[in-house]
Amino acid sequence: MSSSQLSIAIVETDRERALLIEQSLRDAGEFTIHVVSEIPGLARRIQTLSPDVVLIDLESPSRDTLEELALASGPLERPVAMFVDRSGDGLTDAAIEAGVSAYVVDGLKPQRVKPVLDAAIARFRMFQRMRTELAETKRALEERKVIDRAKGMLMKARGVGEDEAYALLRKAAMDQGKRVADVAQALVTAAGLLG
Amino acid sequence: MKTTTLSVGFIPLTDSAPLIIAQEMGYAAEEGIALDLKRAPSWSSLRDMLSFGRVDAAHMLSPVPVAAALGLGGAGVPLSAVSVLSVNGNVIGVSNALADRLRAQGHDFGFNDARAAGEALIAATDETLRIGVPFPFSMHAELLYYWLSALGMSVPEALQVRTVPPPLMADAMEAGEIDAFCVGEPWGSMAVENGVGTLLLPGTAIWSFAPEKVLAVRSDWAETEQSLLGRLIRATWRAGRWLAEPDSRSLAAEILSRPDYLGVPAEVLDRALTGRMVISAQGEERQVPRMLEFHHGAATFPWRSQAEWIGRQLATRAGLDPEAAGKAARATFRSDLHRQALAGTNADLPGASSKLEGSLSEQLPVASESGKLFLGPDRFFDGRIFDPHAN
Repeated sequence: MSSSQLSIAIVETDRERALLIEQSLRDAGEFTIHVVSEIPGLARRIQTLSPDVVLIDLESPSRDTLEELALASGPLERPVAMFVDRSGDGLTDAAIEAGVSAYVVDGLKPQRVKPVLDAAIARFRMFQRMRTELAETKRALEERKVIDRAKGMLMKARGVGEDEAYALLRKAAMDQGKRVADVAQALVTAAGLLG
Repeated sequence: MKTTTLSVGFIPLTDSAPLIIAQEMGYAAEEGIALDLKRAPSWSSLRDMLSFGRVDAAHMLSPVPVAAALGLGGAGVPLSAVSVLSVNGNVIGVSNALADRLRAQGHDFGFNDARAAGEALIAATDETLRIGVPFPFSMHAELLYYWLSALGMSVPEALQVRTVPPPLMADAMEAGEIDAFCVGEPWGSMAVENGVGTLLLPGTAIWSFAPEKVLAVRSDWAETEQSLLGRLIRATWRAGRWLAEPDSRSLAAEILSRPDYLGVPAEVLDRALTGRMVISAQGEERQVPRMLEFHHGAATFPWRSQAEWIGRQLATRAGLDPEAAGKAARATFRSDLHRQALAGTNADLPGASSKLEGSLSEQLPVASESGKLFLGPDRFFDGRIFDPHAN
């Protein structure tokens, strides 16, 4: 049966992410899975593996490298096309929204590719949520740090307590129609410039 | 007029300027549109974003709509080039090791003679030359193949062409993965700035009027959204005219350098905008006429003959019928829509939609609506002339 098993190549430099994608694909069915984590020589590596489906992060600039395969025409090389949604169930659109691009060997039946893409899409959606959450958390942390620094400066300059320093920042923000974090940032920047 | 927002994708390159300037300098607003500019991570992503309607329009490599029409790459969605956003703007650079060999052979890095530079490059290469281009369907690839094959190199066999996204070109050279590259500005200058490469030639030395980036839309969108399309074409045309004014250049460089756009120092962006290129880490300067053209010589006009040239080149390498490919290619450069959008403005457009490519060594006045249009030189370095009617 192994010859009829779909072979899938996952292009992903982050080892943990690659493992998670691999796991969710194994849960979705019996596939032969290769993980390619080296970006140099990517196109040649894919040619050697000759998979039926290639999954790659849409945000990865290395994706352009795979376009070389679209021009490949030798006997050992396989024509590769971006998965085209002819079935009308919005799969390609969903994939793009989730941030995954799939290259599929031309002529492969959509019903064979669907479970692969479904699993990959679900996993990539999760990554995207995590990415957003991480960025949000980082931003919140940064803002907290800046506000603390601004508070410290005010406490020193004005000889006030922490609560009063924060109240000063909040009032300035309200008067100017700005966010507390932005006022704090302006204060820190100005103080930095003044030395 | 109610403002309509159009989402437009771009790749961080100096030649994305007409879109950024159209938005920043108010040319879009004058037409009652706002451009929501989305920076894309790669050319294939941008093409797919456009194909699947994630963006309405895109900054695109001129061969991409042609490749799509030939069924090469992408999702098979027909794309149209409705304006040329920029002419020229690429540079060829070599690694420092290769530059040393070229200098040892006596090459002067004159930066204007494609034959001398190409012959020197071939002589200095002992193994297979590894060369980076941003995308398989790009003017970069076409210029390289044209140049080296005209000098007797058997392409693509004698070359190892590697696809490297523009912002990563300098890194690939530093990592020793490529010996040379052909890339759009500012990424060639960034390689010089980072001390990893030396510039050998501007693209314009190979073809002096090469359509580089186009304004691309889905062909069905062009039909259904004719009013919006017209406004977008006019806004980018006016932005291009503004960019061609010498006084605009430092402001343009400042705007493009913002982190949301290119995130590259304005001083480096300035080089392609002014044509004053710094070619080596030692600071050698070369002045390049028409290094990057946004306006003069009817630069924005999508000539059917340009598309046919691209289509025939692509077909030859992909093993397709050049005749059919040339015909399919012509249909992707919509000189009709460009003309229609600019009717009623003071844009002076050529009377014809197709021309000999490579026949002009000097400026030449041509038949146009006002009768005062000059086309710039469009020579190929080897003097060949492409006659679309002869094929």
